[in-house]
Amino acid sequence: MFGYYLDLALRSLKRNKALTALMVLAIALGIGASMTTLTVLHVLSGDPLPGRSGEIYYPQVDPQDVRGMYPGKEPPMQLTLIDGMNLLHAKRADRQALMTGGEVPVQPAQSALDPFYVPARYTTADFFAMFGTPFLYGHGWNAADDEAKAREVVISRELDRKLYGGANSVGRTLRMAGTTFRIVGVLDRWQPNPHFYDLDTGSYASGEQVFLPLQTMMDLHLNREGSTDCWGNGGGGTGTILPADTCVWLQLWVQLDNPVKVAAYRQFLVHYSEEQKALGRFQRAPNVRLRNVMQWLDHNGVVPDDVRLQTWLAFGFLVVCLVNTVGLMLAKFMRRAGELGVRRALGASRRALFAQLLVESGVIGLVGGFGGLLLALSGLWLVRQRSSGYAALAHLDPSMLLTTFVLALCATVLAGLLPAWRACQIAPALQLKSN
Amino acid sequence: MKLHPILAALRKHKAGTVLIALQIALTLAIVCNAVFIIGQRIQRVHRPTGLDEGNLFLVSQQWVGAPSADSADGVEKLDAMQREDLAALRQLPDVVSVAPINSVPLLNSSWTGSVSLKPGAEIGDKTGTRTAYYFTDEQVFPALGLKLVAGRAFNAGDVQHQGFRDNRPRPVAIITKALADKLYPKGHAVGQVMYSDGSSAPTTIVGVVERMQIPSSSSFGSSFVWNSTLIPTRLDANFARYAVRTRPGQLDAVMHAVTPLLYKVNPLRVLDDDSVRPFSDIRAKAYRADVGMAVLMGVICLILIAVTAAGIVGLTSFWVGQRHKQIGVRRALGARKVDILHYFQIENLLIAGAGVVLGVLLALGLNLWLMSHYEMTRIPLPYVLAGVLAMLAIGQAAVFVPARRASNVPPVEATRSV
Repeated sequence: MFGYYLDLALRSLKRNKALTALMVLAIALGIGASMTTLTVLHVLSGDPLPGRSGEIYYPQVDPQDVRGMYPGKEPPMQLTLIDGMNLLHAKRADRQALMTGGEVPVQPAQSALDPFYVPARYTTADFFAMFGTPFLYGHGWNAADDEAKAREVVISRELDRKLYGGANSVGRTLRMAGTTFRIVGVLDRWQPNPHFYDLDTGSYASGEQVFLPLQTMMDLHLNREGSTDCWGNGGGGTGTILPADTCVWLQLWVQLDNPVKVAAYRQFLVHYSEEQKALGRFQRAPNVRLRNVMQWLDHNGVVPDDVRLQTWLAFGFLVVCLVNTVGLMLAKFMRRAGELGVRRALGASRRALFAQLLVESGVIGLVGGFGGLLLALSGLWLVRQRSSGYAALAHLDPSMLLTTFVLALCATVLAGLLPAWRACQIAPALQLKSN
Repeated sequence: MKLHPILAALRKHKAGTVLIALQIALTLAIVCNAVFIIGQRIQRVHRPTGLDEGNLFLVSQQWVGAPSADSADGVEKLDAMQREDLAALRQLPDVVSVAPINSVPLLNSSWTGSVSLKPGAEIGDKTGTRTAYYFTDEQVFPALGLKLVAGRAFNAGDVQHQGFRDNRPRPVAIITKALADKLYPKGHAVGQVMYSDGSSAPTTIVGVVERMQIPSSSSFGSSFVWNSTLIPTRLDANFARYAVRTRPGQLDAVMHAVTPLLYKVNPLRVLDDDSVRPFSDIRAKAYRADVGMAVLMGVICLILIAVTAAGIVGLTSFWVGQRHKQIGVRRALGARKVDILHYFQIENLLIAGAGVVLGVLLALGLNLWLMSHYEMTRIPLPYVLAGVLAMLAIGQAAVFVPARRASNVPPVEATRSV
C-alpha cells in the first residue's frame, strides 16, 4: 500500500511543480535557519569536560570590606593571592590548581622565525591531572617544581609543530620573555569549550599555547591579562606589577569526587573564612560559594544573548514557514476533493485516504529536510567565516544531524495532519454529484 | 462593492483564511521586532567615539627583558624607554601628534573605576559614578582629535609618570561632558574637585571634553558609555601603547614606517601583526557581532516576507482555480473585469487586515517578552505602523497576479461544464 501511496504522492506533487517547490523551499528555509542557530547554541552551551565536569568545583570566598555588603551578595568572582595560596596549600580537595592567564613573547632559536606572542596559562601542578589534559609527549611538572619556581613549560601541539615541526621536543629549551625554559611536556589537541576555567580571557576558544608554573610567572613578572577587581585602597600595593592584596585576580579549581567531600569542602571554606575573620583579614561573615563547572557556566551566563535571540528568531521563522505549508497543503488537498470522493466511493476507507495524504506531506517533509540540511551546512559555513571567538566551533555533529531530520519530518507530518483530516471529511456523494 | 458576498465566501474557506491571517500576523510580529533590533544595532555601530577616527592608529608593544617596575629605579628606566619611543614617533614625517595611552575607545581593554564628590567613597557606593580612565600625556588632544568644550587641555607641567599598578594621587583630570553633567548638573565642573576610586586626595577638574567613548563596547559598559576620565600620567610597565594621528591620507605610509623605526630605537621588543592597528580595525572588531546580528536579522526578514508573499500567491491561485466557474457566472451576469479584480483585492485586504490586527498584538507581546529577557527597549509606534502598512502592501502586491488572472476568465466559462 505504501508504495502505491508514494506513487500517488509523487504524481500529485509533479502535477503542480511551482507549488511543490514553494512548499519544499519554505520547509527547507525554516529547517535550515533553525538548525543553524540551534547547532551554534548546542555547541556554545556544551560541557567543556565531559565526564569530569561534575567533580570539578570553583570555590569562592569573600575577603572584601564590610562596606557595600548586603545579605545574599555574591562573593568576588576570583581570589586574592593570599587566599589562593592558602587554599592551595591546605590541600583539602583531591586535586587543586590555582591559575591566571597572560601573554608571553616567544623568541625562537631559529633565526627564520620572528619573535611572537602566545597566550599563556600560569598554573600549578595539578592542573593537568585534574582537567585530564592529553599529553603527546612528556608530562606536567610536580608540586616541588611549583615551589622551586622551576623554569619549566608545557607547550601545545600547535606550538610544537610551529617551532620543532611536530617532533618530540621534551627536554629542549625554549626562550620566552628573555628567560630560558625547559620543555617538560607537549599537550595533544586540548581546547575545552567554553573556556570555563577563566572566562575573563574570552569565553570561547582562547587556547593557551604555553603552560608554566604560577610562581615562576610571579618571580619573572611575566605579563598577566584577565580581570582584576580591587576594593578599598586597592589597585595600589608597592609598585609591584602584581595586583595588590586587596585585589582578586586568581582562579582556583578543585576536584571533589563525591557529595560528602563537597559538603566537607564547603564547610572548610566557611571555617577558613571564620579563621581569617578572627585573624582580622576578613571583615565579612563567611560568604562562600562552591559551584561545579556547569553551575559556574550557568551562573556566568556564558552563552551570548545574541545567540539565544537568534535561536528564538529562527524558530519563529520555522513556525511561519510551517503555517505557510499548512495553508498551501490544505488548499491543495481540498482541491482534489473530486478525486478523493471517487476513491471513497470506490471503497477506500477514511483511514486509507488519511494515510495517502500523510505520505504526500511526508515526502515534502523529507525533501524539505534534506534541503534544510544543505542550508544548515552552508549556514554553519557562513558562521565559521565570522571571526568572533566561538565561530570556529560551529560544526554539525551526528546528534544534531539526526535532530535536523526528525524535526523536519515531524514538522511536516504535523503540518499535513490538519489538511489531511479536513480532506477526509468530504462526503463522497456530494463530490460525485457536482462532477 | 458589498462585503457580504466576500464574507460569505470566506466562511466556506475558514481554515485557509485563518492560516493566511495567522501567517501575516506572525510575519508582522517577527519582522517588526527584527527591524527594530536592526535599527538599534545600526544606531549603536554608527555612534561616533569623539575621536578623529580616520587618521588614527594604535601601536601596542612589549619590551623583552625590560627592567622590573617593582623598584623606583626600574620605573624610571621604563619611563625613559617610553619617552624615547615617543620622541622617535613624533619625529616621523606626516605625524600630527603622538600620545601614550593605556587604551582607546572600543579596544575592550579598560581600567574602570568610579569618581565621587565625596572623599573615600567606594566602587558600588551610590554616591559614586562609574567611569573609564585613560592615562596619557599632554599630547592627547591633538593625538586623538578630541574637542575641548570648557576649561583647558593638559600642559607639560601636569604630566606625571608611575608604575603600572601604582596608586598615586591624581591632582588634575579632564572629564567628558556626560560625566561633568552627572557630577555637576548645573554645569560648572571646571575648577571643581572630585575624588577618584575612593581616594581621599582631591582631583581638580581642569577641562571638559565634548565626547569620548569608553573602551568597553559590551553590555558591561552600557551604563557609562560616555563617562571617560583623562589623567595626565604615563603608565610605566614592560609594555606600552601609543596613539598616533597622521595627516589626512598618510595613515598607511606612517603605519608601515612604525615597526622598523621602533626596532631601530630598541631591538629588544616584540611587535607582531596585531601590534600596529588602524582605528577602523578596532572599531570593526568591536562591533563585528552587532553587524553580524543585523545582517542575519535582515536576511531572515527578507526571506520571511518572501515566503509569506509566496504563500498568499499560492493560496489565492488555488481559490481562483476553484472558483473558475463562479467567476464565469458573475461575468456572464454583467460583472466587469475590474469588479472581479476588486473582489480578490478586497478579500485579501480583509484577511490581511485581520492578520495585522492580530499581528500588532503579537508584535507588542513579543516586544514585552524580549524586554523582560534581553536588553531591549519598548518598540516605538512608528515601527509597528510601518510594519502594518508594509504587510498590507505586500498582501496587495502578492494578490495582484492571481486576481488579474481571475479577471481574465471569460464569461463563456459559465456555459461550459467540467
